[in-house]
Order: sequence, then structure tokens, then C-alpha cells
Amino acid sequence: MQAQLQIDDVTIRYRTRRSEVTAAYRISFDVYRGERTVLLGPSGCGKSSLLKAVGGFIRPLSGAIRLNGRAITAPGPDRMMVFQEFDQLLPWKSVLGNVAFALRKGAGLGAEEAKARALEAIDAVRLTGFRDAYPHELSGGMKQRVAIARAMAMQPELLLMDEPFAALDALTRQQMQEELIRLWREIGFSLLFVTHSIDEAILVGSRIIVLSPHPGRVRAEIDCRDITEADRGGERFEAMRRRIDTLLFGERTHA
Amino acid sequence: MPETRHPIEPPARPDIMNDVQAPLPDDMPVARELPWWRRALDHAPVRRLLVVIAFAVIWEAYGRYLNDPLLVPTFSQTLSALVDSCLSGELPARVWSSLRVLASGYALGVACAAVLTTLAVTVPGGGDVLGTMTVMFNPLPAIALLPLALIWFGIGNFSLVFVITHSVLWAVALNTHTGFLAVPQTQRMAGRNLGLHGVGLVAHILVPSAVPSILTGLRIGWAFAWRTLIAAELVFGVSSHSGGLGWFIYQSRAEMDTANVFAGLMTIILIGLFFEGVVFRTAENLTIRRWGM
Repeated sequence: MQAQLQIDDVTIRYRTRRSEVTAAYRISFDVYRGERTVLLGPSGCGKSSLLKAVGGFIRPLSGAIRLNGRAITAPGPDRMMVFQEFDQLLPWKSVLGNVAFALRKGAGLGAEEAKARALEAIDAVRLTGFRDAYPHELSGGMKQRVAIARAMAMQPELLLMDEPFAALDALTRQQMQEELIRLWREIGFSLLFVTHSIDEAILVGSRIIVLSPHPGRVRAEIDCRDITEADRGGERFEAMRRRIDTLLFGERTHA
Repeated sequence: MPETRHPIEPPARPDIMNDVQAPLPDDMPVARELPWWRRALDHAPVRRLLVVIAFAVIWEAYGRYLNDPLLVPTFSQTLSALVDSCLSGELPARVWSSLRVLASGYALGVACAAVLTTLAVTVPGGGDVLGTMTVMFNPLPAIALLPLALIWFGIGNFSLVFVITHSVLWAVALNTHTGFLAVPQTQRMAGRNLGLHGVGLVAHILVPSAVPSILTGLRIGWAFAWRTLIAAELVFGVSSHSGGLGWFIYQSRAEMDTANVFAGLMTIILIGLFFEGVVFRTAENLTIRRWGM
């Protein structure tokens, strides 16, 4: 079986005003269809740069990123991105308008079909009652749900999420993580998810890519398919947590 | 001798459950409606109207006290001059003539600004060209170009349209371009993610996102256009076969008809209020207020 997404020896360098920074160095990993791959690492490990490169927003210095065997050169609706920032929704469009706009412009659907499919997606994230609300009238969690609905409605090859729940309060974050898994079970999609929270990585991911910082390099790939929400706080969850913690920070000396 | 400290053990206390379903007493309703005048004062137009009425009263009082209609006609004299000029059909004709020229120049200026700003964000180096041009032309008073326009296009409405276009173009272009540059990166990426680029990205993402700055530009452009038009009419309304408002004011001065000078000025103010209070406000209500921007 061929991997859906292949990251092949990718190095990403970006320029600031004063210097050139190597964000990610010779990264390789594969994502198979239906996997929930999490890029986990501290700030400066290039995880967001890597995700943007998969999105086609930035071009790697070297190496290749292939989706279904074809090199990625530009952004496209086959890789829908959910950003951390709440301003990713278009303030001049309602909830329905935001999702339908994506379907019309990105997927080229007609007005009727776009509306029907948009309503389905809005229903899936449980925002049916807010379809005519404008983004500024929604809470942070609701805005992220609209962004997820918009991405989902496009039925992308790959869903890209850049710390989508980082700006939410802890309770809403937990709820959103569970919703994401529920949607994955109901609809089924491939996910590439960036986070700096170990807990979130274990809960959301089926496979965790642990990255080390300065520059970002793959420290480990860990399968965590079997650990679910029900294990939160349990023995297996804690063991996994300690294992990743050690990978990231080394052995800790306990007093 | 200091007292020995003990760790403080908080007392064990039972849970407390309150009933918040019980009905409120009659004299304490959840909400009570304010008296009508308090609600009326909540509307900005009502408050502004009160200010205007106060001005009119002061003006009237001062005019009567001075009792010199050649210098300061009273509010009521101005008002009756305004009504007379309207009824005779002279003032509406002047207003119509001015507004027609104004609308052509304004529309042309906005159209040019749209083309230039779109090029500025889609063509490499376009931003530098537009930036340099606005820096050069924005501080140049449009009326200063009138002599040149007269040489190029002769006396007539087209010269007026030319200077008005110039006065509108740079204000609108500058504000629109600034608005484009301030569009959040996330919104741009959200648009590009859908495959939008070039003119499509400008039309569907940059323009709506920059509406606040664009509206500011349109407002400033509108004010500039008015000033330029009236100034130009005062300068050469004489030779234009159907003069506008500026010419009306100039002519009334020549006839020592101060009340009509005031009436002309008042007309300009009223038209300004109409566009600010109705046109631009409606545009704002339909866009940035609705979108919470």
C-alpha cells in the first residue's frame, strides 16, 4: 500500500530580517489513509512550518512532499487547513455563508448543492441553530467548529490542523478533541495535526511524530492507536505520557 | 514569645443547594422598560438633532440682536431664502448640475483607484509604483491642477471631472492599499487554500476584509471631491454655461444677497449630512457593523 502523504527528506529554512533559520531538517515520514498523525514538539521544532509546507503555503529548501505520489507546489482545496487563529473565518459571511463559500469557490459547486452540503457539515459540528450567525457573534469554540465544518465539507484528501484548539479554554478544548474523534469515526478522513501538548497528541493521534527543536528533527514515531479518551488519567495513558516526556526532555531526576 | 503556628484546617461544611426557580417579587422584575425619552436619547441621530436645534436657536438670537441681514441673516431669513430658491427651481438646477459633475468625477476616481490597487497587490513591484504615486500626488491639492486641465481640455465639465477624479483617486487608493496590506495572513491563507489567487483573491478576500479602510477612503474622497468642485466652480463658474452650487454662492455674493449665500452653504451642508447619515451609514450597517469588524 502506498502512503497517501510522503514527507521525503524535507528541509525548511525561512528568512527573518536578520538571519536565515533552519526550521526543519531532513524530515521524513509517511501518512497513510485514515491515519491521525500528530506532529508534537516544543516551539522551534518546525512543526507549523512543516504543516504549512504540506499546505503548499511555503516551499521547502530541499526534499519532496508528495500527496498520492504528486508533488505539492501550491495551496489547494484537497488539503484543507484549520488554523489556530479565530480570524480564519470570513467576518463578512455568516456561518452558512463561510462554509458554502468554500464549497462554491474551492469545490466549484452550484449554489443549491453548496448550501445543502454546507448545512450537513454544520449539522455534523452541531451548529445548526447558528447557521445565520456571523463569526463575531460566536464563541471561540464555535468559531473553530465552523472552521472544522468548512474543512470537512470540502471532503479533502487530508485535513491539516495547526494547533486548532490552543486558543480555547481547557474545558472547551477537551470537548473539541472528543468531537474531532467522533467526526473521524463518523466520516473518516486523514489528519495531520500540530500540537505542543502531550495529552492532546495522545488523545487525538493514532500516530505521533515527536520532533526535537532547533532545528526540527524526527525524534520518534509512536503508534498510539489503542489509547483513547477512556484511558485519560489511566495507567496506559500515563505510561505513554512519561515515555513521550522522556523523548522530549530526557530522563528527569525526581527529588 | 510568638504564638506557635498551627496549620489551618478549614472546617468541613455541607454542600449548599439554592432554588433559583422561585418567581421574583413583583417590584423586582427581570427587566423594566425605560421611559420613552431615555430610549430616544439612545439614538445618535436624535442627540445630533438636539445639537442642531440648539445651534439654530443661538444663530437666530444672534441674527436678531445684530439686525444686519447684509452681514448675518437670521436662521429664519436663511431658511426662507432657501425655500424661495428651491421653489423658483434655481437652486435644484444648480445642485443637480454640481452633483452630476461630482458623481462622474467620483465614479471615475474610484474606478481608477480600484484598478491601481488591484495591480498593486497582484503585479510584482506594483505596490512600489502605487506607493510612490500616492506619496507624490496625495499632498498635491487637486484644485492646483485646474489651470493645467483648462489648457488641456478647455473650459467645460470635463476639466472639472478631471480635477475631481484626481482629488478622489489618491485618497481612495491610499486607504484601500493600506487596507489590503492589513488583511490578516490567516484570512489570506484561508482564501488561497480554496485555490483563490490574483483578482479572485482580491475580490473575495482582500476587498471585503479591507472594507473599513475602503469606506474611510471613500469618505475622505467624497469630502475632497466636494471641496474641489465648489472651489473650481467659484473660480470659473462664470464661464460655464450652467454653473453649479459654487457659482450660485458666488453670484449671490455679487448681488449682495447674503441670505442666499447662506442658503447655498446650508445646501452643501445638508447634502453632506445626507451622504454621511444615509449613504455611508447604510453602507456601514450593511457591511462592517453586520460583520462586527
